[in-house]
Amino acid sequence: MQIEIKNGRLIDPKNTVDRENTSLFIAHGKIAGVGSAPAGFVADEVIDASGCIVCPGLIDLAARLNSIEAELAAAVAGGVTSVVVPPDADPPLDEPELADRLVHRGEEIGKARVLPLGALTLGLKGERLAELAGLKKAGCVAFSQASKPVIDTEALLRAMEYAATFGYAVWLQPQDHWLAKNGIAHEGEVASRLGLAGIPVAAETIAIATFVQLVRDTGCRLHLTRLSSAAGVALLKQAQGEGLPISFDVGIHHLLLTDNDIGYFNPHARFTPPLRTQGDRTALSQAAAAGLAAICSDHTPVGADDKLLPFGEAKPGATGLELLLPLTLKWAEAAGIPLSTALARITCDPAAVLGLDAGHLAPGAAADVCVFDPETTWIVTSEALKSRGKNTPWQGYPLAGKVLATVVGGKRVY
Amino acid sequence: MAPEHLPDAEAQCRQLADLIRPHLQQRPALVGIYSGGAWVAERLRELLGLTEDIGLIDVSFYRDDFSKKGLHPQCRPTVIPFDVEGRHILLVDDVLYTGRTTRAAINELFDYGRPASVGLAVLADRGGRELPVAATHCVWQAELAAGQSLTLARGEGEQTHGQLAWRLENA
Amino acid sequence: MHNPQLNRDGELIHLLSIEGLPKAILTQILDTAASFMEVSSREVKKVPLLRGKSVFNLFFENSTRTRTTFEIAAKRLSADVINLDINKSSTAKGETLLDTIDNLCAMDANLFVVRHASSGAPYLIADHLRRIGRNDIHVVNAGDGRHAHPTQGLLDMYTIRHYKQDFTQLRVAIVGDILHSRVARSDIHALTTLGVPEVRAIGPETLLPKHLDKLGVQVFHDMEEGLKDCDVVIMLRLQNERMNGALLPSAGEYFRHYGLTPQKLALAKPDAVVMHPGPMNRGVEIHSAVADGPQAVILPQVTFGIAVRMAVMSIVAGNS
Repeated sequence: MQIEIKNGRLIDPKNTVDRENTSLFIAHGKIAGVGSAPAGFVADEVIDASGCIVCPGLIDLAARLNSIEAELAAAVAGGVTSVVVPPDADPPLDEPELADRLVHRGEEIGKARVLPLGALTLGLKGERLAELAGLKKAGCVAFSQASKPVIDTEALLRAMEYAATFGYAVWLQPQDHWLAKNGIAHEGEVASRLGLAGIPVAAETIAIATFVQLVRDTGCRLHLTRLSSAAGVALLKQAQGEGLPISFDVGIHHLLLTDNDIGYFNPHARFTPPLRTQGDRTALSQAAAAGLAAICSDHTPVGADDKLLPFGEAKPGATGLELLLPLTLKWAEAAGIPLSTALARITCDPAAVLGLDAGHLAPGAAADVCVFDPETTWIVTSEALKSRGKNTPWQGYPLAGKVLATVVGGKRVY
Repeated sequence: MAPEHLPDAEAQCRQLADLIRPHLQQRPALVGIYSGGAWVAERLRELLGLTEDIGLIDVSFYRDDFSKKGLHPQCRPTVIPFDVEGRHILLVDDVLYTGRTTRAAINELFDYGRPASVGLAVLADRGGRELPVAATHCVWQAELAAGQSLTLARGEGEQTHGQLAWRLENA
Repeated sequence: MHNPQLNRDGELIHLLSIEGLPKAILTQILDTAASFMEVSSREVKKVPLLRGKSVFNLFFENSTRTRTTFEIAAKRLSADVINLDINKSSTAKGETLLDTIDNLCAMDANLFVVRHASSGAPYLIADHLRRIGRNDIHVVNAGDGRHAHPTQGLLDMYTIRHYKQDFTQLRVAIVGDILHSRVARSDIHALTTLGVPEVRAIGPETLLPKHLDKLGVQVFHDMEEGLKDCDVVIMLRLQNERMNGALLPSAGEYFRHYGLTPQKLALAKPDAVVMHPGPMNRGVEIHSAVADGPQAVILPQVTFGIAVRMAVMSIVAGNS
């Protein structure tokens, strides 16, 4: 299968390419040429990308695949070619066999690539270590607790030591269990007004401070997921300044929304960690703009019944695979960020977090490509979403950015 | 009828008092219906030299158009400062029209007790009855077009302070 | 954002919270309640306003006292009243809150009085009714989580107006567990909307929500300082489960610092009134000598509460 994608504006942030009217040639699952065809290239399929942008396929650092077929279809419909799956499935991904099965199922479906995160501890309980090496062998890219805590700091220290022994990365969500356990919204003016139990910013900063110290002591490579506060960003800048091997990401919703968007108890504005204030949002946005943080969808499909509940009883999270691209474009426009920079945050930057040679379009790279029309506007409706999760605060909103074609490993899958 | 030809409401109050005076041996208790009727009842009390406080009724809670129009945004407490049981009651209103307000007022009155009798004194009867209600005492048979609304107003200016006067509006 | 309590003409169709309601509506409710006070003193304590209408008391959280006052109010308006105490077991059967609502809609309900442990639950119900096109059904919030208890807030305002007439010259103190109190939140919004220039919150830091100043409230940790020259003192109930733990060391220590004793009350104005939403914890937040003393208006609050609830139900039921 040989594909030519022609007439498009090619943006490959990693290789600092941004050229109008540039053809991309794909052969044998890899990028075969940029601009000019390699010798003897005959396209089996030509995709006309006039008026469109051709960029590396998106890499989403967090997507839950409750119903894997629908969600992988949603991924490629959103231009996402690789999804990192957190281990908080049911059952938790804490045995090599489970990881193996997930990876194979993903390959069978043949849409987006599935990159599982193994559970750091058995059952994500934060007590006993999972078989990290076995999980790694089964295809896990790193180890995580998703949003579950390791309450026992000694257990965490040992887990990080053990991971460091083998050079595995650990992904943790910085949220102090005790300060967050009863909370449902950012502890601030909105929560006070609405009578919602608060989660203070200290829940994040205390956890970060602990993690940073443990990285200092263990040398473990750490990735922090879903930052939510300005104070958290400041701590991480400091840690990175120290040269510690720490990266972090931010959910796209945290770049666009604040706790004010809870409005009159909108359950679609409930997230883990909670949406915080305008000041926090600005700091996260600046961190993302500066390239300190990658952006992910934190895709969490939730059934309608689990959202049609009072705010505090509704499950947190929003559907995101199909919204990651349009919402990133929306963020870029609102924050005045060049398109190429914005695309880096959802392509090559997440690849760097994963330590993978992916998320770019240099000849020889895997042919994971997204072609989208940045101008076409579509309305977010339940029908328009392929994901089983229709839960989104953007329901009914018009968003610009429509995916025209998605190629994974040289095969057109959307 | 043109507004300038409207009769003098204060003179009509005196005429209404003259009509009621022959029946004072029954010791009637006056009950004015808010808002115009309350003013007229107050006038009648002075003109008839009654010492007892008058009653005041706001029929908002007894109206038959609640499900269409909702609760009147400004309702005032009904005040019945005497025992209704066994009394001769004279309801007082400014204008008698469909009879629905009178119906509501009678219903409300009965929630205070069983009066010996209930009469109705009005300044104006403009016809258009929708219920079998008639005035016991009435000064003026007003003839108005269907779209016109006749209301009693109480002066608030320096000259006209407290003076009752008719107001005619075309809907 | 459109306030879901109001229709397009700005009329009250649900009472969910005092926040966001214009002063004119609050005043209308208080004025109407004054008319209903008179009804309650009659031989026949009933008016025919809601004749033929069905009021469902949906109490997802038990409260016999509040439910009773709503029941009396609805009955005095001639409505049929159906009491449903929906405990955890019926929701454990798998029926969701909105399933319950759909069922009751099919029984031709006209008004839901809702008490729920989760903040915002009445909003969810009102929003659901809008989505299924049942604009003829009204919701009155009888207390949701820590969020709001608007009829209690209104009856508190009625009480204050009854004893103090003018809101615009008052200094009002709210004392105790404001963090967990829906009553306090409703009182604060009502007081500021009605033009009270000085609203004070008195309590230990552990029982005060963050950013209270943004709601127009002055915070005092020292009760003696906070009560100085107040016209109205609103005491809040301290729930038993909060008395010993991380928030407070003991009921005794709480009473020493924040219990209202005759000595502390003497710091307020001589004609200050003392209010409490009930039920009281004597010896915890209030000394019996104050609770039973001449400045307490706690029982009149209960009486006013019925008239206020009559006013609220008849106003929302009349708008669509």
